[in-house]
Amino acid sequence: MNITLRVNGESHDLDLDPRVSLLDALRHHLHLTGTKKGCDHGQCGACTVLLNGRRINACLTLACMHDGDDITTIEGIGADGLTPLQQAFIEHDGFQCGYCTPGQICSAVGMAEELRQGWPSHVTDDLTADPELTRDEIAERMSGNLCRCSCYPGIVNAIRQSLGEQA
Amino acid sequence: MRPFDYLRAESPDAAVQAAAAPETMFIAGGTNLLDLMKLEVLAPARLVDITRLDLGGIEADGDGLRIGALVPNSDLAADPRVRRDYPLLSRALLAGATGQLRNKATTGGNLLQRTRCYYFHDRDTPCNKRTLGDGCSAIHGVNRNHAILGTSEHCIATHPSDMAVALRALDAELELLSPNGSRRRVALADFYCLPGDTPHVENILEPGELITAVILPAPVGGRQIYRKVRDRASYAFALVSVAAAVRVEDGLIAHVALAFGGVAHMPWRDGAVEGFLQHQPPSPALFAEAASRLTAQARGFGANDFKIPLLQRTLAAVLAEATEVTA
Ligand SMILES: Cc1cc2nc3c(=O)[nH]c(=O)nc-3n(C[C@H](O)[C@H](O)[C@H](O)COP(=O)(O)OP(=O)(O)OC[C@H]3O[C@@H](n4cnc5c(N)ncnc54)[C@H](O)[C@@H]3O)c2cc1C
Ligand code: SF4
Ligand code: FES
Ligand code: FES
Repeated sequence: MNITLRVNGESHDLDLDPRVSLLDALRHHLHLTGTKKGCDHGQCGACTVLLNGRRINACLTLACMHDGDDITTIEGIGADGLTPLQQAFIEHDGFQCGYCTPGQICSAVGMAEELRQGWPSHVTDDLTADPELTRDEIAERMSGNLCRCSCYPGIVNAIRQSLGEQA
Repeated sequence: MRPFDYLRAESPDAAVQAAAAPETMFIAGGTNLLDLMKLEVLAPARLVDITRLDLGGIEADGDGLRIGALVPNSDLAADPRVRRDYPLLSRALLAGATGQLRNKATTGGNLLQRTRCYYFHDRDTPCNKRTLGDGCSAIHGVNRNHAILGTSEHCIATHPSDMAVALRALDAELELLSPNGSRRRVALADFYCLPGDTPHVENILEPGELITAVILPAPVGGRQIYRKVRDRASYAFALVSVAAAVRVEDGLIAHVALAFGGVAHMPWRDGAVEGFLQHQPPSPALFAEAASRLTAQARGFGANDFKIPLLQRTLAAVLAEATEVTA
């Protein structure tokens, strides 16, 4: 199948078997290996990318379904110098081995936009009010990104700082 | 994954015609279908991609809401009308999966997600749902997440959707388009099937039939609660869940709708229990009696025996919260 993917602002024409996941298209066909494969079943979040601005698991979608779509991977975030979020991950020890980090960063970027839109979460007390930026809110909203090194406190602190709250 | 032909549908009519062919399935968010195709539990010869169809959007429908089949779970949970008028639906969606998955998962796909029975996912073990007649590995096997109500000797699997439980309590209807071009509306109450001796049949959809929308009736008001009990506080399927919409007037229960997840092959509802609560003054004794009536026919299979008292206590706790009665 011939498709065009727009990845980090650049268009790529690809000829792919329909079975190829978006994750494998990025890693094996476009050699963008920043996006990681952990479980390949939607359980770990290591493959998180932004699809037309929204965070998704690249392992559970087919590349051929995304002809013409706009994808942002970790290679497209902070390409001209680290973003405040990435800087905060370093300052707060938001990683050890780093395997989950590209997914954490992409997920946090998507989550920040969801917060700006006022989306509630499972731990939001009042569904009709704007959500607050508490630790519990961030932890719940980031629960789709597992960290085998268990850097969760650092990840939450980094995200809170970058979103402008006292860590 | 087995090879398949991929086809992008250009219209709902083209989609249902293509899907009427044997071994053909729709793909929407793909979050359940691709998971199972990677395991080769499902191996369709052809996929019909419906994601470019005009089946999104949430619109007013009389006093209710019409939710397009392709509306992502996140958008539905965040919709201001849903948050205000059907909070239990927002709560159920937000209690399910993760931010990433909810962004992809669709309203139609969520209703049709398959069971999380371990054996159903493992092709090396017998499972009647995968191959009718092979037997059920769960009945005498690991059955911690299995059903306690409406089971059969052929299958004890549960339906894993949180959203479907909320929609059941809210009396939702589905709008379906069939390959011959006709449309029909079916109450969610009549959509799912119990396992009986045909556990591979999970709902009343005809081959190729497409869910085009979910319709919610006018809001019922009252207190709405979705309580999900699970092994960890986030990102886990329900062991037991209770969806409740309860209104108390003049000290009596004026309206009560209850649906239960994690306990049966479909979102469970028990009209007799609701009838028993109706017009009664709320009290802990009343709730305990309702819970014991709900589970009168319940049966555990060993590792899931705990679900019977868990369901009773969760129902009693939810009713107490909804009616503001304390023990
Ligand atoms: C790690 C993980 C955790 C999860 N946790 C939860 C949870 O806690 N609670 C919960 O409720 N769910 C949970 N889910 C399941 C998730 O909600 C479903 O995978 C999702 O809702 C399926 O929607 P989809 O659009 O991706 O469906 P798809 O995978 O695209 O399709 C699923 C099925 O529906 C059919 N289909 C899709 N759309 C239509 C239509 N319009 N008409 C007819 N047939 C159609 C397809 O042919 C397929 O058979 C979890 C999933 C994962 C991977
Ligand atoms: S419970 Fe149902 S799905 Fe699970 S092994 Fe038995 S037949 Fe298969
Ligand atoms: S690799 Fe996609 S969620 Fe784990
Ligand atoms: S830093 Fe090692 S898995 Fe997260």
